[in-house]
Amino acid sequence: MTASSNAIEIQAVTKRFGGTQALAGVDLQVRQGEFFGLLGPNGAGKTTLISILAGLARADSGQVRVMGHDVRRDFRAARRALGVVPQELVFDPFFSVRETLQLQSGYFGIRNNQRWIDELMGHLDLQSKADANMRSLSGGMKRRVLVAQALVHKPPVIVLDEPTAGVDVELRQGLWRFIRGLHQEGHTIVLTTHYLEEAEQMCGRIAMLKQGRVVALDSTASLLRKLHSLHVRVRTAGGLPESLRPLLRATPAASAESSAAANSMAPNAANDQQPSSAAQSADHVLRLQSYAQLEEVLADLRAAGRVIEELELLQPDLEDVFLEIMHR
Amino acid sequence: MSGFPTLLYKEVLRFWKVAHQTVAAPVLTALLYLLIFGHALEDRVRIYDSVTYTQFLVPGLVMMSVLQNAFANTSSSLIQSKITGNLVFVLLPPISHWEFFSAYVLASVVRGVVVGGGVFLATLPFVSSVPVAPFWILSFALVGSALFGALGLVAAVWAEKIDQVAAFQNFLIMPLTFLSGVFYSIHSLPAFWQQLSHFNPVFYIIDGFRYGFFGVSDVDPWFGLAVASGCLVLVCTLSCAMLASGYKMRH
Repeated sequence: MTASSNAIEIQAVTKRFGGTQALAGVDLQVRQGEFFGLLGPNGAGKTTLISILAGLARADSGQVRVMGHDVRRDFRAARRALGVVPQELVFDPFFSVRETLQLQSGYFGIRNNQRWIDELMGHLDLQSKADANMRSLSGGMKRRVLVAQALVHKPPVIVLDEPTAGVDVELRQGLWRFIRGLHQEGHTIVLTTHYLEEAEQMCGRIAMLKQGRVVALDSTASLLRKLHSLHVRVRTAGGLPESLRPLLRATPAASAESSAAANSMAPNAANDQQPSSAAQSADHVLRLQSYAQLEEVLADLRAAGRVIEELELLQPDLEDVFLEIMHR
Repeated sequence: MSGFPTLLYKEVLRFWKVAHQTVAAPVLTALLYLLIFGHALEDRVRIYDSVTYTQFLVPGLVMMSVLQNAFANTSSSLIQSKITGNLVFVLLPPISHWEFFSAYVLASVVRGVVVGGGVFLATLPFVSSVPVAPFWILSFALVGSALFGALGLVAAVWAEKIDQVAAFQNFLIMPLTFLSGVFYSIHSLPAFWQQLSHFNPVFYIIDGFRYGFFGVSDVDPWFGLAVASGCLVLVCTLSCAMLASGYKMRH
């Protein structure tokens, strides 16, 4: 891999805020044209990393380049190559949507950008609000303006920091269609999100950050494969036989992200912690190494005289991988 | 092309959009000072033989408005952007600290000159002031507004809360401008206070500015301009150094 084919290069980056080591030596390369996910719990260092990339913060040590341009030495070229949608819903209450976008173009040294601004407003459904003051816009609309602002200078690399936080379903889908379109046109996209489902659907490759370090970095598919964690949910009365207890899925303390996993396993897993009373049915989620192991589980249950009331195979998703890695 | 012209334009547009608050209000305030102090002191105070007290007051009020508004422009714009977070819009683009500094300070010069011009025009119906040396008027207006614009930038870069900018304004800018000879000639002060006034750079700015109107001043306007320019260089250097280092702006 040559340096020039990387959209983003991060080498041995450290950053300390007072007593907190926000980044403890991060190495990361994002190739041109990738759809890359940056995941991690709150405080893992995602936003700090993005801030350093964008020049909003300065690394204590290490190198950061955008499209080959050092973000400090060659800041003009690096910033021209980068569009950032910030996490906070910020706006300037003095201006209308159109003025906001015209000013943002001008900051990048682009005059007469009206055609592209109109096109952006069209894509993001902002035309009806073009002359409305930013203050009067709903949260979702303000978010769209932030996306448009990040794109006024047609940057090859786009960073979206939690772009769908607090955005309703319809807008979220519209936003993803638009971003997917940008990716298909060849833009490099870097995404941080709390919605792991989105990362799983959108990102080709994922880095997971924990306490300022990259703890996992791989393609989404192989991250999912790597854990080869096949789960089976068994509902049975009379408790789980002792022989199967080691297979119980680990139940990490609920983090912000794990609560989002509710739809699959987390609530059931909570039951496993308490010994079920003999007569009551309970769900147990077991982790298997392979389908073959399912035979043994069934045999053990039969041998212990348990009746299976329900049985479901659960496909691993990114939530599981995430929890698994974060609680290692 | 550079982002500087747009940032300058945005900073000017920002105050112009709320001109009733940023231009009209300070003009009215200055006019009230003129009416009240002029009425109360017209017959009691005589500073220069050929100049009435109200005439004497006008240049001081004009310059005080120039300075206070230049300070207010940079400081309020930057602290608001910092607090609301929209500063990110000018930190993300390829704008250098020089361009950032120049745009903010030039916009504050524009505001200072617009408000000063407004105050001057508003006083015309009450007092006839005929500038005798426009060069000095212009020089001190530009140096003074740039100095206070840069000072506003220093205050807002340093401050983390609006209160802190307000404290800067109330405990430094206001005393410096009020105790600079806007309302009196320092020759009317006791010797100690007269000496102390010479350490206030605003004194030289007001005095030199007044020279442009009457052709008389307490100190040589060249010396005054040298002092004011020296202060401008110092504050600009400090302000640029803060911006270049990313102090409290790029963490």
